[in-house]
Amino acid sequence: MISGMAWVFGDHISSDAIIPARYLHQRDPHSWAKVVLGDLRPEFAGQVGFGDFIVAGRNFGCGSSREQAPLAIKNAGVGAVIAHSFSRMFYRNAFNMGLLVFTCPEAAARVHDGDRLNLDPYSGLIEDVEQDTSFQARPVDPYLTNLVSQGGLIKKIRKQITGR
Amino acid sequence: MNQPQTMSQKILASRAGLPYVEPGAIIEAELDMVLANDVSTPMAIRGFKEIGGERVFDPARVVLVADHFTPNKDVGSALITKEINEFAMSNHLEHRFQGGRSGISHVLLAERGLILPGELVVGADSRMVTHGALGAFATGVGASDLSAALVTGRGWFQVPATTKVELGGDMGPWVGGMDIALALLRLLGPEGAHYQSLEFTGPLVPRLSMDARLTISNLMVESGAKAALFPVDQVTTDYLKDKAKRSWASVAPDPEAVYSKTVKLDVTGLEPQAARPHRPHDVAPARRAGYEPVDQVFIGSCAAARLEDLRVAAQILTGKQVHPRVRLMVIPPTPRIMLQAVREGLVEIFLAAGGIMGPPSCGPCAGAHLGVLAAGEVAGATAHRNYRGRMGHPSSRIYLAGPAVAAASAILGRVADPAEVLS
Repeated sequence: MISGMAWVFGDHISSDAIIPARYLHQRDPHSWAKVVLGDLRPEFAGQVGFGDFIVAGRNFGCGSSREQAPLAIKNAGVGAVIAHSFSRMFYRNAFNMGLLVFTCPEAAARVHDGDRLNLDPYSGLIEDVEQDTSFQARPVDPYLTNLVSQGGLIKKIRKQITGR
Repeated sequence: MNQPQTMSQKILASRAGLPYVEPGAIIEAELDMVLANDVSTPMAIRGFKEIGGERVFDPARVVLVADHFTPNKDVGSALITKEINEFAMSNHLEHRFQGGRSGISHVLLAERGLILPGELVVGADSRMVTHGALGAFATGVGASDLSAALVTGRGWFQVPATTKVELGGDMGPWVGGMDIALALLRLLGPEGAHYQSLEFTGPLVPRLSMDARLTISNLMVESGAKAALFPVDQVTTDYLKDKAKRSWASVAPDPEAVYSKTVKLDVTGLEPQAARPHRPHDVAPARRAGYEPVDQVFIGSCAAARLEDLRVAAQILTGKQVHPRVRLMVIPPTPRIMLQAVREGLVEIFLAAGGIMGPPSCGPCAGAHLGVLAAGEVAGATAHRNYRGRMGHPSSRIYLAGPAVAAASAILGRVADPAEVLS
C-alpha cells in the first residue's frame, strides 16, 4: 500500500514542463528532482512528500521522449502517477524506470489537490480518504507488471545477460 | 493464408519472427538500427554499464549523433560529447557524427541512407517517427530501452492499431509539408493518434516529395502517434538510389488489412498554416493567426528546414529585409544541406536580408542554445513543438509554421501569410 497526498495537475502536462530542456545538460540525475514541475508549481519539488501522488488529466508526459521526466518524478519521492491518460512515451519510460503509473479517468476527474490517498499497487484500487470513496484504475498488462516487479528494464536485462 | 496486416504489423511481425501480430499484444523484436543523441547517450551508457554490457550488439547498427548541444555550448555538454566519442571509439561504431559532420539526427540519418524501408528502428528521441517517411517503422524510446537495445539489439513493443490517413487534393501556392502536417494535427488533436501507428495513402501521396513526407511524419508524434509510415513508392526508391547503406525490401499493407479508423484530409484550398502558442494542434491559417509581433524567427530544426524548405524561405526573402525588431536565425539541419545552401546562393540571401546563420544543430528548438527566448518574447519557428518554455523563458510564446510563413513573418515582424509580403 502506498499512502500520500495528491498533487493535482491539469491536461497535457508535457515533459518540457516536467523537466525543461535547459536542465538536461546537468549530469547528476538527482538534480532534476529539485526542479521537477517547477515551471508549473514552483513549490512542488521542495514540498512533495515521500509516497505522495501526482494526479493529472489527459495525456500526461506528452512531448519529448526524455526519460529524465519519469526519473525526476521518481527521484522526487512520488509514489505513483495517476492520470486520465498518459502519452505513449511517458507510459513506456515509467515502467522501464520502475515508476508506477495508473490510468484512472474517474480519479483524475474527482480527486482534489491535497486529498490523502491510499493506493494498492497490485489491484490498482485507489482510496480517497478525504472524500471517503475509491476508484478502480485500469488493469496493467502482465508483461509490464513483470517489468516493474523485476525492478525495471535495466535490472531485467542485467539478469538476462549476467544471470544476476 | 495469414491474416491480413497493415504495414506496421508486417514490419513488427517480421522482426519478431512471427507470421502475424495482433494489435495490443506485447512482442519482443529484432532492431535494424538504434540511434542515440547527446541528450540520451549519457543515460544510455550508464544503463549499458549497469546491465553489464561489454560491447554493442552490432557496431554497424548503432548511430550516435551529437545534435542538441553541438557545438558544445558549455562544459557539461562538452563532457557529454567526449563521453559519446569515447564510447563510440571503444565500441568501433561505424556511424558516429560530431563536430563538422554532425547535424540533426532525424535529418542526417535519412540523408545518409542509414534507415531503410521495412526496417524496425528505435532511437531515444520522440522524433524518430520522422523516418516513417521512408516506409520504416521508426519510434521513440527512452534511455533505458536504448541501453537494453545497445546490448541485445532487441526491444519490447506493444503492437499498435493502425489509423489510415488519406491525403488528397491539390496544394496551393506556398503550401508545403509543414502546412499539411499542421492541418493534420488540428484534425487529430493531441491524442487523435494515441498509441496508434499512422499509415498514409491517397492520391496526394505520390506528389509529395521526400522532404515533405519527412516533415509530415516528423510532426505526427504530436498527435500521440507511435509511428507514421508513408508507402514505399517511386519517390522512396529515387530518394534512396545513391544513399542506401544496406539492401532493402519493399513492404506494403495487405489489401484487406484492418484499420482502427480512417482520417481524410483534402488539401485543396488549404492556406499556409500556423500553430498558435502553446499547442501544436491550435492551428489556423497564418493570416488569421493573430497580429502578434514576433521578436525572433527560427528557420531550422528537424521539422521543416530541409533543402526544399530553405529554398522556399530564400525565395521569399530575396531582396527583402528582416524587420528591424526581429532576429532571424537560419540553422540548416545538416552540413550537407548547409553546403548546398551555400552553393545555391541561399545563404547569401539570408545574410543579405539580415539573418543570422547558425551551425547545424537542434539549436533553439530545444531551448538550449543558439537563440533562446527572453521573458515575454514571441517566436515564429519551422519547428515541431511550441509548448510553454520550449525555446527559452517560460513566459515566451512560439508560433509554428512552414518556411514560407516563417520568412514572411521575419519580414513583417508579425505572423504573416507569404502573400502579404509578395503582393
